[in-house]
Amino acid sequence: MTEFTPYSALAGGLLIGLAASLLLVGYGRVAGISGIAGNLLLGAGDRAWRVAFLMGLVLAGLGGAWLLPVGSTASPRPLAAVAAAGLLVGIGTRLGSGCTSGHGVCGLSRLSPRSMVATLTFMASGAVTAAVVRWIGGGA
Amino acid sequence: MSRRAKQNVTALVSGLLFGAGLAVGGMTNPRKVINFLDVGGAWDPSLALVMIAAITVHFLAYRWVLGSSAPLFADDFAIPKLRYIDTKLVAGSAIFGAGWGLGGYCPGPGLVSLGAGSRDALIFVIMTAIGWWLTAKHEASKSAPATRNGPLDARDVRGHARS
Repeated sequence: MTEFTPYSALAGGLLIGLAASLLLVGYGRVAGISGIAGNLLLGAGDRAWRVAFLMGLVLAGLGGAWLLPVGSTASPRPLAAVAAAGLLVGIGTRLGSGCTSGHGVCGLSRLSPRSMVATLTFMASGAVTAAVVRWIGGGA
Repeated sequence: MSRRAKQNVTALVSGLLFGAGLAVGGMTNPRKVINFLDVGGAWDPSLALVMIAAITVHFLAYRWVLGSSAPLFADDFAIPKLRYIDTKLVAGSAIFGAGWGLGGYCPGPGLVSLGAGSRDALIFVIMTAIGWWLTAKHEASKSAPATRNGPLDARDVRGHARS
C-alpha cells in the first residue's frame, strides 16, 4: 500500500520536464536514459556528456538521501526477481530503443508515433506483470 | 568556459534535475511504481501525474525549440526521426514492461536509487547493463544492415528538428 501523492508527483514531473527541456534547449539531445547509458556502455563516441548526465542522476540520489525524505528505494520483490527484472529491462529497452524517459516523456512530448506505441505497450505489459505477480503472491 | 564544458555542465545539471524529479515524484520507490501499474490492486495513480506534468513542460519546450535552428551550445539537434512501427519496437517494449512491473525499477530510478545506496538498485543496474550488452552483441552477430540501432542512438539520427 502506498499513498497517492498528487502534489509531490506534479512537482517531480515538473522537474523531470525541466531537466529534459534543458538538455534539449542547451545541447539538442534527448533525455532517454536507457539510450544514454546503453550507448555509453557499448562504446558510443561522445562519452563525456553521457557520463555527466548519468553522474547527475546518481548524485541526485546520493544528495537526495541526505537532504530529502526519498523514502524506500528497495523493491518489494526478492533479489532474484529484481535481477531477472534488470535483465528484462536491459534487453527490452535495447530492442525497443527506449524506456520511460526516452519514449514515455520525451517521445510523447514530440507526439512520436513510435513512442506512443512503445509507451502503451510497456504500460500494458507492466500492468499485466504486476497483476500476475500479485496474484501469485508477490505483494507490493 | 569552452563550448564542450558548457555541454557537459548542461548534461550534469539536467541529470541532477531529472534525478531530483524522480525522487521528489516518488518514482524511486518501486512500490509506488508497482502500485501504479497494478490497476486492479491498491492503485496509486501518482506516476500518471508525474508523467503528465513532465510531458506538459517538455511538450511546450519542444514546440519552442522547433523555431530555432540549433541548440544553445551545439551545432545541431540529435532528435529521433524514425516513424515506423515494427515487431522489434513492440516486442522490446513488452519485455521492458515485464521487467518494470516485476522489479518496480526502470533505468532512471534504478540509477538514482543506486546513488541513494539501495542494494536492490545496484543489482538491477548491473543486470540491466548485462541486458544491454547481450542484446547489442546478439544484434551485432546478426549484423544485417537492416537491423539498425533505435532512435535513441544519436549516431543514426543526427539531424535538425525542423527539417
